[in-house]
Amino acid sequence: MTTTAAPATARKPATMAQALTRALRDAMADDPSVHVMGEDVGALGGVFRVTDGLAKEFGEDRCTDTALAEAGILGTAVGMAMYGLRPVVEMQFDAFAYPAFEQLISHVARMRNRTRGALTMPLTIRIPYGGGIGGVEHHSDSSEAYYLATPGLQVVTPATVEDAYGLLRAAIASDDPVVFLEPKRLYWSKADWSPDAPTEVAPLGRAAVRRRGSSATLITYGPSLPVCMEAAEAAVAEGWDLEVVDLRSLMPFDDDTVCASVRRTGRAVVVHESNGFGGPGGEIAARITERCFHHLEAPVLRVAGFDIPYPPPMLERHHLPGVDRILDTVARLQWESDWTEGRGE
Amino acid sequence: MTVLEQPGSSRNKSSLAGPPPTWRPRVDPAPLLPDEEPYRLLGTDAAARLDSGLLTRLYTQLVRGRRYNAQATALTRQGRLAVYPSSTGQEACEVAAALALEERDWLFPSYRDTLAAVARGLDPVQALTLLRGDWHNGYDPHEHRIAPLCTPLATQLPHAVGLAHAARLKGDEVVALAMVGDGGTSEGDFHEALNFAAVWQAPVVFLVQNNGFAISVPLAKQTAAPSLAHKAVGYGMPGRLVDGNDAPAMHEVLTEAVERARRGGGPTLVEAVTYRIEAHTNADDATRYRSDAEVETWRAHDPIALLEHELAARDLLTDAFVGATRDGAEELAADLRERMNADPELDPMDLFTDVFAEQTSQLRAQAALLRAELDAEANGHTEEAAGAEGSAEEARP
Ligand SMILES: Cc1ncc(C[n+]2csc(CCOP(=O)(O)OP(=O)(O)O)c2C)c(N)n1
Repeated sequence: MTTTAAPATARKPATMAQALTRALRDAMADDPSVHVMGEDVGALGGVFRVTDGLAKEFGEDRCTDTALAEAGILGTAVGMAMYGLRPVVEMQFDAFAYPAFEQLISHVARMRNRTRGALTMPLTIRIPYGGGIGGVEHHSDSSEAYYLATPGLQVVTPATVEDAYGLLRAAIASDDPVVFLEPKRLYWSKADWSPDAPTEVAPLGRAAVRRRGSSATLITYGPSLPVCMEAAEAAVAEGWDLEVVDLRSLMPFDDDTVCASVRRTGRAVVVHESNGFGGPGGEIAARITERCFHHLEAPVLRVAGFDIPYPPPMLERHHLPGVDRILDTVARLQWESDWTEGRGE
Repeated sequence: MTVLEQPGSSRNKSSLAGPPPTWRPRVDPAPLLPDEEPYRLLGTDAAARLDSGLLTRLYTQLVRGRRYNAQATALTRQGRLAVYPSSTGQEACEVAAALALEERDWLFPSYRDTLAAVARGLDPVQALTLLRGDWHNGYDPHEHRIAPLCTPLATQLPHAVGLAHAARLKGDEVVALAMVGDGGTSEGDFHEALNFAAVWQAPVVFLVQNNGFAISVPLAKQTAAPSLAHKAVGYGMPGRLVDGNDAPAMHEVLTEAVERARRGGGPTLVEAVTYRIEAHTNADDATRYRSDAEVETWRAHDPIALLEHELAARDLLTDAFVGATRDGAEELAADLRERMNADPELDPMDLFTDVFAEQTSQLRAQAALLRAELDAEANGHTEEAAGAEGSAEEARP
């Protein structure tokens, strides 16, 4: 599933952060009800500069520096949404969204349901998440499991520059709330992308097969996608051909793409950096088992962060799933092959 | 037509005018209100009564603090420190917070308050562990009674209230002093902490360092209150407004508040009016949200220079004293530089200690996996990794 139309103009390197900025800008230009709000989103352009220039272009009423109060930011956004606006809220870092949980879980997630559709929550909550940037305590959490545990929230996370644009446009256009998780260690990742070409809005809830393969499927999302792609390339040298599925959207979940892939390959490994116990991988493995049991040649395995509070920066490389840990896990799928022999099993 | 002229307005129903019969203010707000101007001692006649010993003690700590800030900032440029939020310009608040407390009291610092912790006696290297990134908290909080430097804003304030309350329940005359920035006063935790403290009459002092900005957001976008000290009144505690660059004034106000709390007089909210001379952290670009001219007006109101003026007037600012103070600060910086230039010795297996008091079987399995990976790394990737999977499996229940 590709998302972008063939670009009419030249493609040049752009970062994920720039693509996100462009998505916000285009959404604000297209729809006057789109409002951006959060801490430092105005003059500073956000601590990651994703909102750079928006206050200047659209005025402070549409790109608003708020007081430092996450519950207040999300709570007022709820009221704004009730009155017909489409707020796009920025939480500065993963762990600093926690003060807003009450609003998110008690109101944002269930407003449509409790009012039988009379009140909707067309709001987007942008949260830089995940580790790998050497951030100090409380700046590296992978909090997706909390959001996934809450019915009524869509949970979306781009892994490519193009998706950053397309998925953010789709999130803002959605009539239901989206927790939009931005993998902060990919903010500066670059791809050839044409910001001037009309870029299609990516539909929410569709996974993308990033690499075709026949031996096993790596299922991943967000910050772990580049790691999985690297692992898949490394596995080639050993004679193994891994398929890589990028979920893009954790809720809605694309059972079809995932199952089609696993049925083809017969083996699956789920990779994410949030902790494994109670993490998204458990749900994904269960879904695969329920739907593909008769196609599986091995149990669905998981490669995840350890079940520990996110470690200090100097130790985070041991915590984050890396290429070696992925390859070691793939080896445990017990193939009768050169690969396993080569590794002394 | 004004509201009062409208039919149905209170003017037309004089019999219903006035407050409800049972209403009266619960406490007289007047004594709780802060001064109109930030309280100052330096440059006023009242400075004459200040003890010279206190002034030289404050001065020594201010100079050491500034040097510490400069050294820590330099360490970020050398890659020895991941990030450093400097408190240059705010040293008087930091030092006064430490010196106003007795040994038995507790300090609850925010992430910018390394200086307060160091002035209270914490090892300067241990104070930087969080920011260097070797561990989240580099010291035993009980040793100097300093809670971990807190990153999520205002979340340490309710802890301070709870600790102070618990101490009082136990009959201990312990005071907690909790520090927060101007931005942090917008968080729900700030308001809840103040409310609990006032209702419980907990022995807590809240120190707000109003340094003008929360990263890029100026105070005017943070609050519409007359001052942050005014917020105290709504909770039923006194608010004090102080010149945060006037070290003796800071020391006096905080000491008074601490003593009042110790006597059972309840909490106080102190707002120190100060300024953040450096950017938010070394990673921030302050030119995006403030002018050099504004910074210069505050440089002219420097806490060290203000105190030097008073010391000079007393003939205390001798070459010998200034030299000794500077030498002491240089020693501190040299020690910091040297010890921070050594790589910390880290054991990755520590990731699994202290998650729980008793290790779970899941964590034991994960520890075995990492052990095997580390061995494989050390042995240049051999059979070990495969063997370890066995042990990881065995550790499962
Ligand atoms: C709950 C929470 N939200 C956001 C942040 C990110 N953040 C770190 S420092 C800061 C500004 C703090 O300003 P202020 O309270 O005035 O303290 P100062 O930095 O001026 O000392 C922000 C928004 C955080 N640490 N915690």
